[in-house]
Amino acid sequence: MSVTMATVSYLGAAILFVLSLGGLSNPETSRRGNVYGMIGMTVAVLATVFGPRVAPIGYAWIVGSMVVGGSIGLYAARVVQMTQMPELVALMHSLVGLAAMLVGYANYIDPAAAGMHEGAEKTIHELEVYIGILIGAVTFSGSVIAFGKLSAKISGKPVLIPGRHWINLVGLLVVIWFGWRFIGTYTVADGMQPLVVMTVIALAFGVHMVMAIGGADMPVVVSMLNSYSGWAAAATGFMLNNDLLIVTGALVGSSGAILSYIMCRAMNRRFVAVIAGGFGSEGGAPAAPGGAQPAGEVVPIQAAETAELLRDAKNVIVVPGYGMAVAQAQHTVYEITRFLREKGVNVRFGIHPVAGRMPGHMNVLLAEAKVPYDIVFEMDEVNDDFPDTDVAMVIGANDIVNPAAQEDPSSPIAGMPVLEVWKARTSIVMKRSMASGYAGVDNPLFYKENNRMLFGDAKKMLEEVLTALNGKR
Amino acid sequence: MPQVIGVPKEAAADEKRVATVPEIVPKLTKLGFKIVVQSGAGDPASFNDDAYRAAGAEIVQTAAELWGKADIVFKVRAPNAEEIGLLRGGGTLVSFIWPGQNPELLKQLAAKKATVLAMDSVPRISRAQKLDALSSMANIAGYRAVIEAAHHFGRFFTGQITAAGKVPPARVFVIGAGVAGLAAIGAASGLGAIVRANDTRPEVADQVKSMGGEFVPVDYQEEGAGVGGYAKVMSEGFLKAQAEVFAREAKEADIIITTALIPGKPAPKLISAGMVKSMKPGSVIVDLAAEQGGNCELTVPHEVTVKHGVTIIGYTDLPSRLARQSSTLYASNLFRLAEELTKTKDGIINVNMEDEVIRGTTVVKEGSITWPPPAPRLSAAPATVKPAVAVPAVKKGHGEAAEPASAKATVIMFALGAALFWFIGANAPAPFLNHFTVFVLACIVGYMVVWNVTPALHTPLMSVTNAISSIIAIGALVQVAPPLEDVGVDRPVVWILGLAVAALALTSINMFGGFAVTRRMLQMFRK
Repeated sequence: MSVTMATVSYLGAAILFVLSLGGLSNPETSRRGNVYGMIGMTVAVLATVFGPRVAPIGYAWIVGSMVVGGSIGLYAARVVQMTQMPELVALMHSLVGLAAMLVGYANYIDPAAAGMHEGAEKTIHELEVYIGILIGAVTFSGSVIAFGKLSAKISGKPVLIPGRHWINLVGLLVVIWFGWRFIGTYTVADGMQPLVVMTVIALAFGVHMVMAIGGADMPVVVSMLNSYSGWAAAATGFMLNNDLLIVTGALVGSSGAILSYIMCRAMNRRFVAVIAGGFGSEGGAPAAPGGAQPAGEVVPIQAAETAELLRDAKNVIVVPGYGMAVAQAQHTVYEITRFLREKGVNVRFGIHPVAGRMPGHMNVLLAEAKVPYDIVFEMDEVNDDFPDTDVAMVIGANDIVNPAAQEDPSSPIAGMPVLEVWKARTSIVMKRSMASGYAGVDNPLFYKENNRMLFGDAKKMLEEVLTALNGKR
Repeated sequence: MPQVIGVPKEAAADEKRVATVPEIVPKLTKLGFKIVVQSGAGDPASFNDDAYRAAGAEIVQTAAELWGKADIVFKVRAPNAEEIGLLRGGGTLVSFIWPGQNPELLKQLAAKKATVLAMDSVPRISRAQKLDALSSMANIAGYRAVIEAAHHFGRFFTGQITAAGKVPPARVFVIGAGVAGLAAIGAASGLGAIVRANDTRPEVADQVKSMGGEFVPVDYQEEGAGVGGYAKVMSEGFLKAQAEVFAREAKEADIIITTALIPGKPAPKLISAGMVKSMKPGSVIVDLAAEQGGNCELTVPHEVTVKHGVTIIGYTDLPSRLARQSSTLYASNLFRLAEELTKTKDGIINVNMEDEVIRGTTVVKEGSITWPPPAPRLSAAPATVKPAVAVPAVKKGHGEAAEPASAKATVIMFALGAALFWFIGANAPAPFLNHFTVFVLACIVGYMVVWNVTPALHTPLMSVTNAISSIIAIGALVQVAPPLEDVGVDRPVVWILGLAVAALALTSINMFGGFAVTRRMLQMFRK
C-alpha cells in the first residue's frame, strides 16, 4: 500500500470516528455510531499494517499480540456486570496510558526515529516524547487508583496530604527542570535518567491526584481520565508525525473534557476545585453543627405500605442512585415498574446527572433491566413535575435529593441542582440506614413530614414490595 | 390503665355518619386505647356490630352505658343537651362543635370540666392536613353535589352523538374553588360536562385547571385571600363586577354549584332571583352553603324546591348522604388526631397546648374555654410564593460558572490565545504547524460533536471514546517492524520490539473490549 493510500485511509478513519461520536448523541443512532467506530478502527489498523511503515516480518508479532489482547478484551466485555462498568472503563483508561508510555519509550530508544531530526525539530520531537510519556504515566497511575476506588479496593474517602498543592507544585517544577535537562542531552543513555525520573514523578502525581478526590466526584474523574487518555494519544501522534493519532486523540480528549465540564456543571462545582480534591472535607467548615440540624422526626414505613402507596398512585417518579447499583436492584425495579404500568400508573424515572459512579451510569443499569428509555428522564425534564407526583421513590440515593442544597446556603452542597422529590405528595426513601451520603451532609429530606423511610437492602425491600403488589392483584 | 374511647350512635335523626369504622378500630387499639361502640352506631353507614366486634371493639347496648364507660368520646355532630348530661365530669369529647355559632354549648361543656377538641377548628397548616375533617367532608359534599345535580337534571352530562341525534354536553358552573368546589369540578368533568369555575382568590386558577375545569376570572383588581387560606369579604365594586359575571354565566349554565363560604359570616348571596329566572327550565342549582343561609336567594335549607322551572337543592347533609365514605374518612381524621395526642402510644392522651395543631383544635381545656386560639402564623398562599423567590437567589450566589463569560473575561481569553499563537508561529518549524492545525481543528470538532450528547448516553460515549483512544495502537504498530533503510546506527531491536508488542497487546484489550462492551450496552437501550 502506498503512502498516499495510507494517508487517505487515515482520513477515512478520522471521518468515521467523528461520525461515531456524533452517532452516540442519540439512542436511535447510537448503535450505528458504534459500528462506525469499529469500521474506522479496522481501516486505521489495516492501513497501518499494510502501509509503508510496517515490514512484513512484523506481521507474526502483530497478529500474535492482537489476538492475545483482543481475546482478553472480548472476554472482559462479555463477563463484566453492568454495575461494574465504571471500574472497567477506568481500567481500560489505564491500559491506554500505559501503552502511551511504552510507545514513548520505544520511540525514544529507536535511533531510526530520532536520527532524522535536527535543531528545533529535534527539540520539539524530544519535547513531544517527554510530554507523551508524562501524560501517559499520569493517565496510567490515575486510572489504576480510580479503578481501585471504584471497585472499593481502596477507600473512597479523599486522602489529603497536608500541603498537597505545594507537593504538586514542586513536582511540576522538577518535571520542567528535568525536561530542560532532557532536551539538552544528545545520547539515549544520557536522556534516559531524566526521562525515568520524570516518569516516576508523573506516576506519583497521578496517584496523588486521584487519591485526593472523594467518591462523589468519581464521575468527573472517570471522564477526566478519559480525556487524558485522548491527550496521550494526541501527544503520541505529534511524536510519530501521525495525523490520525492527533485527530483521534484530540477528539477523545476534547469530548472527555466536555463530559467532565458537564458533570461539574451538574454538581455546580468548579472543575479546578474537583481536581484540587476533597469534596465535603474543605466545605465542611461552614456547615456549623448548631445551625442546620434538621428538625422533625423520621417516619419509617414497611414494604406492604409502600406497595399500597404505589398502587394508589397515579404518577410515580423513581429516583435511583448508587445504592440501586450496589444492591443490583435494577431488575426488581423494572418488575415493579412493569406491574404498575400495566395498572395504568404513570411511572417515570428521574436521573440526576451525577447519580452513580460514572456519567450516565444509571441509564445503563436501567437499560440493562429493559426499562424503556423513553420513560427515563433527566433531572431538568422531571423536576417541574414533582408537585403533580403522588409518590417519589428514592432508591439508594442521598445527596442528589438533598433539599439542603437549595435551602441552606451554608451547606457544603449548596447550589448543587437536586431532584425536588420533597415536592411530591409522598416521598419514600429506600436506604440501609440513616448514614449520610458521600458528601457527608445530613439530609433534611428524611425529616420532612411527607417523607417515609424504608430501611433495608434495596433489592430485598423492593422484592418485598413486589410480592406485596402481586399478592393483592 | 389505658383509656377507653367511646363511639355513640349519633342522636340526630338524619345523621347517618359514625365516628369510627371497623377498619380504624385496630389502629386505635394499637395506640393503646380500648374501643367501645354503641350497638347500632354504624348501621346507617352499613357497618354492623359484628364487624366492629371482629375488629376488636366492645359493643354496649345503651347510650348511658357508653358515655359512662368512655374516657374519651368520639362523635360526629356536636352533643345535644341530653348527651352533655351523660358526659363524664372531666371527660374528653372530640366532635364537630362550631364554637363560633354555639357559645352556649361551649359554656355547658366547660361547666362539666370537660376537655373538648373541635374537628372544625383544626388549624389550616400543612402538618394538620391529615386530620382536617372539614376538608374530608367538603370533598364528599362537592362530589355528592354533582351526583344530586345529575339526579335532578333531565339530561346526560356528557355530550354524545347518537343515531337519534346529537346531545350537547351539560354546562356546569362552580362558584368557589375550595375543597368542595374542586371536588365538584373534578366529579362533573369526570362525568363529561363542560365545567367553568370562579373564585375570589385568583391563585386557585391553576387548581381549577388541574381538576379539568376552566377558570372564569372577575375582571377587577382585588386580592381575595384571607387568613388561613379562606376567602374574605370583598368590596362593593368587586361584588358588582362579580354579579355581572355570574349573570352572564347563569344564562348559559345548566347546573350551578355554589360553595362560597366566609368563616364566621352568613354565606354571601351570589345568585339573585333574577339570575335564577334567566336560567333555562330544567336547570339545577346545588347550594352547598345552605346551612349558612345559602348563596342563592331562593334556597330553602334542607329542602329541594323548584322555582321558575329551576330545581334548587338546599340539602345540608350531603356528607351524611354518602355515609360509608364520609364515616371512613372522618374516622381516619380522628385516628390521626389520636396519634397526635398519644405520641407515647400508651393509650393515655396528652392534650399538649404547646403543639400548634392541638392548641388550635382544643376549644375547652379542663373546664376553661380556650376558643378562639391565637391566629395561625402562616397562611397557605404567601408560603407557597416564598420558596420560589428564595431559590433563584441561592442559585445566583453559586452559579457564576454557568453564566456566559463576561466581556472582560472574553477579551483576556482572546489576548492569551493570540499570544500563544504568536509564540508558536514565531518558534515552531513548519511540519509541527501542520500537525498543530489538525490538532486544534480536531479539538473543535470533538467539542461540537459531543456537546449535544444526551446524558443518558454518557457511559456508552465514554466507553466508545475509550475504545477509539486505542488508536494509539498505530504508534505501536509502526514500531514493531519498521522497514529499515539502513540508518547505519545500532538499533536496540529487542527492546523496541518488546515495548511495541506489549503496547500493542494492551491496546488490543482496550480496542476489542471497548467496542464490544459498548455494543453490549447499546443493545440494551430500547424504547
